[in-house]
Amino acid sequence: MLKCGLFFTSYNKEDQLFPSMFQKTCLGMFLVAMLIAPQVLDFYYISVMNLIMIAVIGAVSLNLLTGVCGQMSLGHGAFVGVGAYGCAVLAAKGLPFVVCLLGGGALAAMAGMFFGIPSLRLKGIYLAISTLAAQMILEYVFLHWSAFTGGANGMPVDPPSIMGFSFDSDERMFYLIFAVTIVCVLGVSNIIRSRSGRAFVAIRDFYQSAENVGVNLFQFKLQAFATSSFMAGIAGGLWAYYTMYITPEQFSISLSISYLAMIIVGGMGSVTGAIFGAVFITLLPEVLNTATSLVGSFAPDISALMAPLKEGIFGLTLVLFLIFEPEGLVRKWKMIKAYWKMYPFAY
Amino acid sequence: MNGNSAPLLNVDNITLTFKGVAALSRVSCHVPKGSITSLIGPNGAGKTSMLNCISGRYTPSKGSITMAGQEMLGTPASKRTKFGMARTFQNIALFKGLSVLDNLMVGRHSRINYGLLASLFYFGKARKEESAHRARVEEIIDFLGLSPYRHQAAGHLPYGVQKKVELGRALAAEPELLLLDEPMAGMNLEETEDMARYILDINEEWGISVFLVEHDMGVVMDISDHVVVLDFGRILASGTPEAVQSNPKVISAYLGDEDGLYQGR
Ligand SMILES: Nc1ncnc2c1ncn2[C@@H]1O[C@H](COP(=O)(O)OP(=O)(O)O)[C@@H](O)[C@H]1O
Ligand SMILES: [Mg+2]
Repeated sequence: MLKCGLFFTSYNKEDQLFPSMFQKTCLGMFLVAMLIAPQVLDFYYISVMNLIMIAVIGAVSLNLLTGVCGQMSLGHGAFVGVGAYGCAVLAAKGLPFVVCLLGGGALAAMAGMFFGIPSLRLKGIYLAISTLAAQMILEYVFLHWSAFTGGANGMPVDPPSIMGFSFDSDERMFYLIFAVTIVCVLGVSNIIRSRSGRAFVAIRDFYQSAENVGVNLFQFKLQAFATSSFMAGIAGGLWAYYTMYITPEQFSISLSISYLAMIIVGGMGSVTGAIFGAVFITLLPEVLNTATSLVGSFAPDISALMAPLKEGIFGLTLVLFLIFEPEGLVRKWKMIKAYWKMYPFAY
Repeated sequence: MNGNSAPLLNVDNITLTFKGVAALSRVSCHVPKGSITSLIGPNGAGKTSMLNCISGRYTPSKGSITMAGQEMLGTPASKRTKFGMARTFQNIALFKGLSVLDNLMVGRHSRINYGLLASLFYFGKARKEESAHRARVEEIIDFLGLSPYRHQAAGHLPYGVQKKVELGRALAAEPELLLLDEPMAGMNLEETEDMARYILDINEEWGISVFLVEHDMGVVMDISDHVVVLDFGRILASGTPEAVQSNPKVISAYLGDEDGLYQGR
């Protein structure tokens, strides 16, 4: 059946995240597939999916700050780190999982708000540099405040448990991470379509007129930093629990850059885009690894050459994206959707 | 239309300088409640600067601006909507990435009460408030004939439509005083007449007082109760359209001939 459009009989009905029946069906099938996945997939794939979901939370939260509110940040990786260490420290005290995760998030939110204060004066490249400073300062703290962080040696984290049920395997962690990811993604989507989210976009698109419609720039920029960093902290907490060991290098500037790469490749300002970007950027090195070892199995000489090339290929992919698809994967996705909507009457 | 009641907005002796150069010197004027009061003057006269002082973007170094008796100087721009002010911009200042609908919803920002936590779950209070405000916004969209563009991003719309969205966003705040900065600039004759009609309707049917800044005198004379003429940052004349029109000082400021009076260029 050719669907020609959606009609709504009330604003509430139109105002849904997934308005069409088709979207609801697809979503349902996706959920079922995700729930079955750990039962049928290999250990390696489960662990990759876990890392992807954690990256999704990180990318979606950075997208809220940078894509939606227009506040450039090079410190997102460090805010993830604050969440990870905060969560690990609380967990070491034997506090329950939910408290540790939220506590890590809250700590990251406070750090984000503090380092977000310069955004009231600084824009664009200047804000980028000031968040870069935040990244360096926090990295320094992770490395040198050894009493809490274990310094360069890092610190171990026990797997989480909820009411006696321990999430001590990759499959178990998969379900936990999946649940948290869904909550975070829905939460960000809801914020974007509500009063705060509109105010964020208003600040991004025209801050002077945002002020004149009554948006308090101070309040809402800090709100953007706080919510974004809170979720970054949640991603960090999950990561700490999942890898069971955290060190300062994990939360270096390269993590911040890869989150930026995710939202650029995916498409700035779009939640779907951030998800695509997170999947893409997390998978890319894995695919390159597989390719290298595949080549290595019949041509070991070339494989030795390819290993150092991996970084280069990664960078090249990003550059090609910026040149050929500057609006990100989400634009391709929309085009594919538009095509199938009209299928077979494509024109 | 009426103009004899107490002033809603009172601008008293304000002076605004940029690096020692006065953009406004000792300017006074007022907008009576329920009136359409227009501020006219040649390019660079200081009209936009005046509006910026009233809406809070610029802070005059001297004088006072009161809205319904309350001092506005010292009140940040973002708080002035609460006192019943809303404005449009001479150079379109829409939120390009938001749909027409969402631009108007942002216009209602200070009337929406639910907080961040409620929006996170988008349930109960948040959902109820959203749909109530949405209904109000839809009325404005219908009034301005913006329905076909409802879900389109504001940045991609034709100029004339964007000007209407600007007006819609200001109206969405349900102001008592609407500050319009050259709403007809760059529009063709038909669009200009439409805009004049909207302004009259807003004033007569919705009871909103209007402070209209215009460069072109033609339309202004037809729809205003009061006209204030600004030239080189000083008040040249003020009064009824007829009185201002026949004021020799005004005539000479506008190129010195009566055709210039209507062309304003
Ligand atoms: N932000 C500013 N910085 C410096 N000068 C300004 C600024 N805004 C306005 N001016 C000056 O004030 C004068 C009045 O400008 P404006 O209010 O825009 O006039 P109008 O709106 O009547 O055309 C002009 O000489 C302009 O150059
Ligand atoms: Mg002007």
